[in-house]
Amino acid sequence: MTDLLDLEFLFVTGKGGVGKTTVAAAIAEVAARRGQRVLVCEMDAKGALATAFELSELQFEPTEVEPNLFAMSMSTEDSLREYLRLFVKIPFIGRIGPLASTFDFVADAAPGVKEILAVGKLAWEVKERHYDLVVVDAEASGHVVSQIGAPKVIADLVQVGVVRDQTQWMLDILEDPARTGVAVVTTAEEMPVTESIELLGRLTAETGTHPTAVIANRVLPAMFAKSELGVAEQMTDAVPVLADHIGPGADAVVRAATIVESRRSIGAGHLDRLRDAVDESDSVNDLPIVTVPELFSRGHGRRVVSLVADSLDEELA
Amino acid sequence: MAKRERASPSKSASKGERASVDALLASREMILVAGSGGVGKTTVAAALGLAAVERQPGRVLVLTVDPARRLATALGLEAFGNTPVKIDADAFTETGIEARGELHVAMLDTKAGWDELIRRHAPDAKTRDAVLANPLYQNITSRFVHSHDYLAMEQLHDLHATGDYDLVIVDTPPSRNALTILDAPGRMADFFGSRLLRWLTVPYRSRLFTFASKPFYQVADRVLGSRFLEDIADFFVLFQAMESGFVKRANEVEALLVDPRTAFVVVSTLEAAPAHEAAYLAESLAERKMAIGAVVANRVLPATLATSAASAAAERLEELTGPDAEELDAAQFDTDWLCEAVATELGAGADVVDSVLHQMAVRFDDLAMVAAREAARRNDLDELSSTSVSIPWLTGDIHDLSGLAVLAGHLRGRSDEAESP
Repeated sequence: MTDLLDLEFLFVTGKGGVGKTTVAAAIAEVAARRGQRVLVCEMDAKGALATAFELSELQFEPTEVEPNLFAMSMSTEDSLREYLRLFVKIPFIGRIGPLASTFDFVADAAPGVKEILAVGKLAWEVKERHYDLVVVDAEASGHVVSQIGAPKVIADLVQVGVVRDQTQWMLDILEDPARTGVAVVTTAEEMPVTESIELLGRLTAETGTHPTAVIANRVLPAMFAKSELGVAEQMTDAVPVLADHIGPGADAVVRAATIVESRRSIGAGHLDRLRDAVDESDSVNDLPIVTVPELFSRGHGRRVVSLVADSLDEELA
Repeated sequence: MAKRERASPSKSASKGERASVDALLASREMILVAGSGGVGKTTVAAALGLAAVERQPGRVLVLTVDPARRLATALGLEAFGNTPVKIDADAFTETGIEARGELHVAMLDTKAGWDELIRRHAPDAKTRDAVLANPLYQNITSRFVHSHDYLAMEQLHDLHATGDYDLVIVDTPPSRNALTILDAPGRMADFFGSRLLRWLTVPYRSRLFTFASKPFYQVADRVLGSRFLEDIADFFVLFQAMESGFVKRANEVEALLVDPRTAFVVVSTLEAAPAHEAAYLAESLAERKMAIGAVVANRVLPATLATSAASAAAERLEELTGPDAEELDAAQFDTDWLCEAVATELGAGADVVDSVLHQMAVRFDDLAMVAAREAARRNDLDELSSTSVSIPWLTGDIHDLSGLAVLAGHLRGRSDEAESP
């Protein structure tokens, strides 16, 4: 239903707390299951991706976590080191340690430098075709535009120098919708959906990249048929009768169903809003919305990644 | 509820905790609402503001970032920037809220906030205009890592310093690592004191000399291009003129965070990741000697879901309903009787009732499992602060004043529906 797995470079973003890292790991796992050689990279070094694979930590140097599935954690300093070695052919490698940390500081202040080192490293892996697919567990939706857009910003700001020369090939990869895409992860809640809609509106204009799919995560499946909803809503009134037959726990059973059903119906409303916004948009009106059901499982870890991968595997068939 | 009672061991747990959100709102002048993304910080911050004006006279300000659209509309925030607006007293009356104080709200606008800072700290009009017109300025301010965090702190300091408000509540920016906000003022001060800034801002001629003599510049020059380096340097030369103002302010802001008049409210849901982050945040606050005023557990499932009576009822219901129910000969009579009794009660068809009840039974375990897991986390969260409240899993989004009033009621322990797991 979507080209998600045909891409070479996929950024996964979304509002904080929607399960972005799990989805990124799961997409990578699906691709690896289908025989692709995949790299998945966590950009913010918070360790969520390591947790998803149940490792104590990930390094800049990729770890093969499953056959064909490599995971790494971005480090600007290591990226700079590698970059200097590859492109600038710096002779005094030994002195780069303290140099890099100073550079890190400039990068902190100068717009886009840190981001381009991170994005550039991964774009390099794509360019050199070291992997069939590079999945980026990118910044949350609030910051992702400046992350993916860094090469564009640098191209605008920097007139000369190696960095300037380097931005063009990155932009060539990033702006090609057949090679690079962005998956926006959301939950069926108000704020995540609102942020997703806003992000979809800005993404192409400000970064040159193209959204490939919206992934609606933790969507509650419908419990009742439409014709049953009226009765389900009324069931609270029948709790005393029920309790006579199945005991005092009847109240909790009906309440649980009421909670789930009300959340589901509110969530469905938000997803409708998302669908309408996508349909009405000029730039993304054919964007698929992929649904991953609520798993009622643990919050994170390998088991969840694998379950989400199962469900994505079906959706992406 | 199994809860460590630190302040008042003799009180009943629930009474003690519920009194204290009111006490917190009455005793502090600044409250920072923190927690991981998606836990409902903005809504809780707004509800805390409402709770404060319900309880006490005076002026309360809620400074928020990025509120949900409909919430913003409900609060009259649509078109406002950093300037606080007062919620109309009529809006309270219409919603049946008895407010004793005034509630003001403002939305953080990073760009406007930075411009304001520059205007304030610039030594003269020339520097001010040069900074505001610098091509890097916009990029740096809108992209400067964590500039939101620092600005939120600045605003808090400013608004408190005006003396216009009895209580300022800040909804901290969505930050995956909530600690960045705590360290933002210190980082700002460090930045101005850094060797890097001095290097970058030595007069250009001698910088050329320095460039040639230091490997750092050799590399930086080749990587970034000298023009870009110059642009950066120019910008920082201008910025350095404002150093003393910025550093002084950053230090004041930092002091405010540990001031006894300031407290943090940590918000979390009972899901694994947010709860873990809340614990980490609480630990870090303690290390920095910053006070945790309260912990708010949001979207808490009813504790009755995790009881054995409930799962027994669900199991029995599953046996008595659904397509397999007929096979249970012994239960045959009971089945018909149950579904028919309910159908009669509701005036619905027995078939539909059977199907609905069966779904309820089958799906119960999912939610019960979540409830059980969350109950365990609830205990961990309670230990983070002597004051903890829970807000039940409400069956609707909060998007107007009456919704906020319900939330405020839960925070103050005044709601009839407040859960006490």
